[in-house]
Amino acid sequence: MVTDTVNLLWLQSGGCGGCSMSLLAAEAPDLVTTLKAAGINLLWHPSLSEACGGELLSLLQRIVAGEQRLDIFCLEGAVIQGPNGSGLFHKLARSERPMRDWIDDLCRAATHVVAVGNCAAYGGITAAGGNPSEACGLQYSEKSCGGLLGGEFLAAGGLPVVNIAGCPTHPNWVTDTLSQLAAGELGLEQLDGFERPRSYTDHLVHHGCPRNEYYEYKASAEKPSDLGCMMEHMGCIGTQAHADCNTRLWNGAGSCLRGGYPCINCTAPDFHEPGHSFTLTPKVAGIPVGLPTDMPKAWFVALSALAKAATPDRLRRNALVDHIEIAPQTKGEPSLENRLRGKHKK
Amino acid sequence: MSSKPRRIAGPFNRVEGDLEVQLEVEGDRVARAWVVSPLYRGFEQILQGKPALDALVYVPRICGICSVAQSVASATALANLSGVAPPVNGQLASNLILANENLADHLTHFYLFFMPDFARATYQQEPWYGAVAARFQAVAGTATRDVLPARAQFLHLMGLLAGKWPHSLALQPGGTTRAIDSSDRTRMLGILFGFRQFLERVLFGDSLENIAALSSVTALQNWCAQWPPQHSDFRQFLELAEQLHLHKLGRAQDRFMSYGVYSDAADRSRTLFDAGVFDGKQGLLLPLDQSDIVEDVSHSWMQNQPQAAHPYDGVTQPSLDNSDAYSWCKSPRWQGQSMEVGALARQLVNRHPLMVDLVAESGGNVRNRIVARLLEIALVVMEMESWAGALQPKEPFCNQLPLPEEGRGFGMMEAARGSLGHWLSVKRGRIANYQIIAPTTWNFSPRDAGGQPGALELALEQAPLRADEIDNMEKDPVAVQHIVRSFDPCMVCTVH
Repeated sequence: MVTDTVNLLWLQSGGCGGCSMSLLAAEAPDLVTTLKAAGINLLWHPSLSEACGGELLSLLQRIVAGEQRLDIFCLEGAVIQGPNGSGLFHKLARSERPMRDWIDDLCRAATHVVAVGNCAAYGGITAAGGNPSEACGLQYSEKSCGGLLGGEFLAAGGLPVVNIAGCPTHPNWVTDTLSQLAAGELGLEQLDGFERPRSYTDHLVHHGCPRNEYYEYKASAEKPSDLGCMMEHMGCIGTQAHADCNTRLWNGAGSCLRGGYPCINCTAPDFHEPGHSFTLTPKVAGIPVGLPTDMPKAWFVALSALAKAATPDRLRRNALVDHIEIAPQTKGEPSLENRLRGKHKK
Repeated sequence: MSSKPRRIAGPFNRVEGDLEVQLEVEGDRVARAWVVSPLYRGFEQILQGKPALDALVYVPRICGICSVAQSVASATALANLSGVAPPVNGQLASNLILANENLADHLTHFYLFFMPDFARATYQQEPWYGAVAARFQAVAGTATRDVLPARAQFLHLMGLLAGKWPHSLALQPGGTTRAIDSSDRTRMLGILFGFRQFLERVLFGDSLENIAALSSVTALQNWCAQWPPQHSDFRQFLELAEQLHLHKLGRAQDRFMSYGVYSDAADRSRTLFDAGVFDGKQGLLLPLDQSDIVEDVSHSWMQNQPQAAHPYDGVTQPSLDNSDAYSWCKSPRWQGQSMEVGALARQLVNRHPLMVDLVAESGGNVRNRIVARLLEIALVVMEMESWAGALQPKEPFCNQLPLPEEGRGFGMMEAARGSLGHWLSVKRGRIANYQIIAPTTWNFSPRDAGGQPGALELALEQAPLRADEIDNMEKDPVAVQHIVRSFDPCMVCTVH
């Protein structure tokens, strides 16, 4: 048990609220229990708190004035700078002031600043297309350092903005990071190059993918609901995506791959603009463009050709259907059907 | 525009996104109201030029609480464009995924968004306050502890059927991407049984069948009187509604609309909940045609347009130049009229006898909106049980999709909060135009060129202020909060 209370404020701007919705589904333990165990006191959260209107505004004013201690400030959703740099696409209700300016003040008043989700971290989906709202992240615009606060920003606690990337974030990416921050256990060495917590970005979505055997033999899916590997044709980039989605499952037993659709690398700072259709693999001369990053391309091509030549019929067939048609066999496995037939004859 | 000083309410929490309401107060009553949607992100602009199927990645991310609804609307529009239809399993699975989100949202709304306002200190002197505050106080009340785990376990259906929630790509124009085997189906039925138990024990204190069978005001009163309020959260709410006259609060135009939802897997021309318009003042049920829908931008921060446009011809070009504007939200109208949408509208259009009787007696109001949502939970869980049981392992879940390079299509469905429609046109395989009208776009629309207010703007008129609220500008009037939240607004969908 932590004895000192850690004050947390959570605000939303240019996003969908999906990271909060995901967080509310935290399990074992549930969100309220997790926060209590970590000694975190919710000063305010948009989905949970009672305070509304002027009550919230005066809380924000007290924090900015230094009258209320703020240990962790979480932002969900991008910072909205438009139109023409004015920030007027999101004025905080009642305040006649762009939300961007409130966010800036609060970041400078907080001990730790956390960007929850890709929008707050890098701009995310809100910055897609021509970025009509001029959205950016707290410390990044897509892959470029800068964002609202600038690349040099360090919060009072000594860390840059902690970017819990993802679209949405897994509830436990958030609860683990907040708990570690509250306990003073999160240091720079636990963040990767995009300031994402390495606790989940040292893994790849490929790890634990239930389609690994199809991947090994390049037995590929061709259409939605097929069982095969989705890398070759359907845009899956789980081999390059930094996240533990297939070892830390979603909503009980799920993940994108388990749900039958490709990984679109939603923890990457620029995932929202892949430059091609999300669910079609771009290819040059029939070879997928995006191959595993730390493997020589020639080796990959050679291994794939070998693997394809050796693909068992079982995988070739199952890859193109939505349920297992040919089950794996064990040598010398007796046939239950034959045995029962024999029994009935007696 | 009125020149009288306006009182500002908001930012509202326990709604999705940011919301401001401007009030003109006369004495202890709200005389007029203006609803401001203060955030613009520009999804309709973002989607332009994208490959058509990429809409399925972008649109769920309009909203984290209506994510599946946005996916279903988009998949339906793309199916409409291509002429593809899902197989029986695909339709059943899609219904289950959507129902999972819609009911989780109803539950979240009741326990986390709506009820905590009754635990406010302003009610401290009321005889019921102690029990209600202990149960429903934000974060600290016992209800939050009960509901979060129940909601999370119910959402395990998403893990099985859709990979994750929110923001799944499992919903495709031709069906769903995750074929269910017989052990998955067994597990789904177990999850549904667990959720049913929670509802029957905690929310209703009675069987779902008995709730669904309530057929009149008298039946509801008799049911409520069987046990004391503490017996279940629904009874507690009905008792509060009685004490605080919630049936006299927040009446809008009494014009209700539903696009219909949950297609019959065998006959897709039929839906579990019908489409239509219900005129509550006349008691008339009218047919709905999508060509009667337009959006007006006379009071929106949008580039001026000579007249309201059907969404196929809709333009989204933000501009601060409109001096009449006060919201980023457009004003959708059906046959020129503003409409109320949501669970109440859905159950009225579908002629549920309890809701028809309640509305005949007191119109659309705070109490009736909540009753309709809770009733719908009971109705839909029973359907989910039968959809899950009807899934046929080893039969297909997804049909192939030949998407044309040119054409247009629309997808209309019901999200938890009401009618959601997508209209898109495609040129050379890319999105040429994509227009979205979300439920709260209807409910929280600003005025139109004729000065006609949106549903919430009208519902707030005559809202009472308590004595301690009249001179205290920091305190948002609690009646205003009840009315606003009775619509279960989703502001991120509203403007998108």
